[in-house]
Amino acid sequence: MIVLRLALQSLQARWLTALLSVLAIGFSVMLLLGVEKVRTGARQSFADTISGTDLIIGARSGGVQLLLYSVFRIGNATNNVTWKSYQDIASHPDVAWTVPLSLGDSHKGFRVLGTTPDYFDHYRYRGKQQLKLAQGEIFEDLFDAVVGADVASALGYNVGDKIVIGHGLGSVSFLDHADKPFRVAGILEKTGTPVDRTVHVGLGAIEAIHIDWQQGAPIPGQSISPEQVRAMDLKPQAITAALVGLKSRLAVFRVQRAINEYPQEPLSAVLPGAALQELWGLVGVAETALAVVSAMVVATAILGMVTMILTTLNERRREMAILRSVGARPATVLGLLATEAGVLTLAGVILGTVLLYAGLFFARPIVDRLYGLNLDVSAPTSWEMTTLLVIVLAGLIAGLGPAILAYRRSLADGMTVRV
Amino acid sequence: MDGVNFTWPGRPRFSLSVDRFSVGAGDRLLLLGPSGGGKSTLLSLLAGIVTPQKGSIDILGTDITKLSGPARDRFRAEHFGIIFQMFNLLPYGTVTDNILLPLSFSKKRRNNVEQTSSQAQEAARLLTRLGLPSDEVANHRAASLSVGQQQRVAAARALIGGPEIIIADEPTSSLDRARQKEFLSLLFGDIATAGATLIMVSHDETLAENFTHVRRLEDFAKMERGA
Repeated sequence: MIVLRLALQSLQARWLTALLSVLAIGFSVMLLLGVEKVRTGARQSFADTISGTDLIIGARSGGVQLLLYSVFRIGNATNNVTWKSYQDIASHPDVAWTVPLSLGDSHKGFRVLGTTPDYFDHYRYRGKQQLKLAQGEIFEDLFDAVVGADVASALGYNVGDKIVIGHGLGSVSFLDHADKPFRVAGILEKTGTPVDRTVHVGLGAIEAIHIDWQQGAPIPGQSISPEQVRAMDLKPQAITAALVGLKSRLAVFRVQRAINEYPQEPLSAVLPGAALQELWGLVGVAETALAVVSAMVVATAILGMVTMILTTLNERRREMAILRSVGARPATVLGLLATEAGVLTLAGVILGTVLLYAGLFFARPIVDRLYGLNLDVSAPTSWEMTTLLVIVLAGLIAGLGPAILAYRRSLADGMTVRV
Repeated sequence: MDGVNFTWPGRPRFSLSVDRFSVGAGDRLLLLGPSGGGKSTLLSLLAGIVTPQKGSIDILGTDITKLSGPARDRFRAEHFGIIFQMFNLLPYGTVTDNILLPLSFSKKRRNNVEQTSSQAQEAARLLTRLGLPSDEVANHRAASLSVGQQQRVAAARALIGGPEIIIADEPTSSLDRARQKEFLSLLFGDIATAGATLIMVSHDETLAENFTHVRRLEDFAKMERGA
């Protein structure tokens, strides 16, 4: 007991350096766990980008590519899906609902998505959450647009503002649909999904703005006014992709197969979950890099602690000699020093964990609002617990180095107490 | 000690040889020798902190050179009280904790103390006998004491639990003359009461009058120091 108390008092006498070591380890542990939380949060947010949809269909291509252009609005479709095929699929007996997606235009760098009001009912993210309007309402008029939260905040849009859709996907369009301006009818709440960066318009509107265009340019000498276009049949020739919901999830592979083997047109149907996993595998390299970096930081902090212990060793030589003179065994002396390292590391680990959870508690709503990243405040996973345990063990083992050194010095010192 | 030859590990040029050296139980022996003359090495050998490469060291009927490392440590804890020249105490610990430290390593000495009183009471009694006001200093940090007071605390630590042998390595060299005398008479008083053997080394011949035996290191030990 006395030996332990003296060891604690020894530590107390060096409280400043000890505290700094604990802080260094604490911050590094917080970083490590924080990166892990952000990692899982990002992965979860990513996987939660789309849910409730059983299949995504588009022209024949790879699953990742289809997912990229239909959901993430990155890249382009290789081909379109004809309206006829889309209607065939919609009338398949296992299909409960379908939502057409028509992409290809943009507004100041944000993609424009032509769809139906059903989109706002069926698109789900993060579990079963529906898209909600922060202001205004879903489009009713042909030239109404519903903009995502990022679009509204980046461009400063309010309900009622007039916007012009540019043709094509460049952030600066050389050609635009200035003759048929849109009105911002609604602004969506932040979701943390690509929906935030999308301008939604009716499927008919996409058709309407292109009705006097041909091969990517206005037909010379022919101009149809917005008033005239309202009277016309705006049934689209083709769409880019479609979201499909099934009556029973059990039918998913049967329907997927039917679509993949659709005889009239080469189509692809992908399961969003599987494609998301595949896509995460591609971007997941970055998360590994992050984890490696934070592991390095922890190693650095432990090295710092060992340095701290080493620098105090000369002072501790006296301690060693005294302990040995009263009959302390080498194992006791070694144990004391290693325990000190272990206790410091443990304190750092506990501090880091507490800091992390305190930080999460306060940062969570802000991160969710700003980045749409849902950080999970839950008990440490078994992986995290194992990591923490490994860190404490690493601290103990790292502490053995100086301990052995100190012990050998105390042997060489013999009876003399050096200072 | 019989036919002992010792070389410090890592310092091959320095060696100490002792053919025969013995101390009787209850003796108060003063070992004289110049600084750097191997006195501390001899004490380290006696206390079993280091072991000789050759020869045997018989203490209280046990050849400590035959003991394993941990057994030697336990032997030292049971039978030795050691006072260094200076820096005897753990500076951040209280005076009482410093005195009671040997009891953590020796069951026998712990039992000796607890037969008559509690550990704290025994520490206080020793302090008082050594001329320190125990109720004032017992809970002070050791570093707050003067050097003379620290040496007395060290003496109390060496004496607690009644070890058979007290080893002192120039315990008075950091004290002035008046305090040396006072310290030694207090130490002798306690050692006599406990019936312990004292082996003290010094380079100061004027201390000799208080001891039952006086030996010069160079008379029985040969030290070699390579160029």
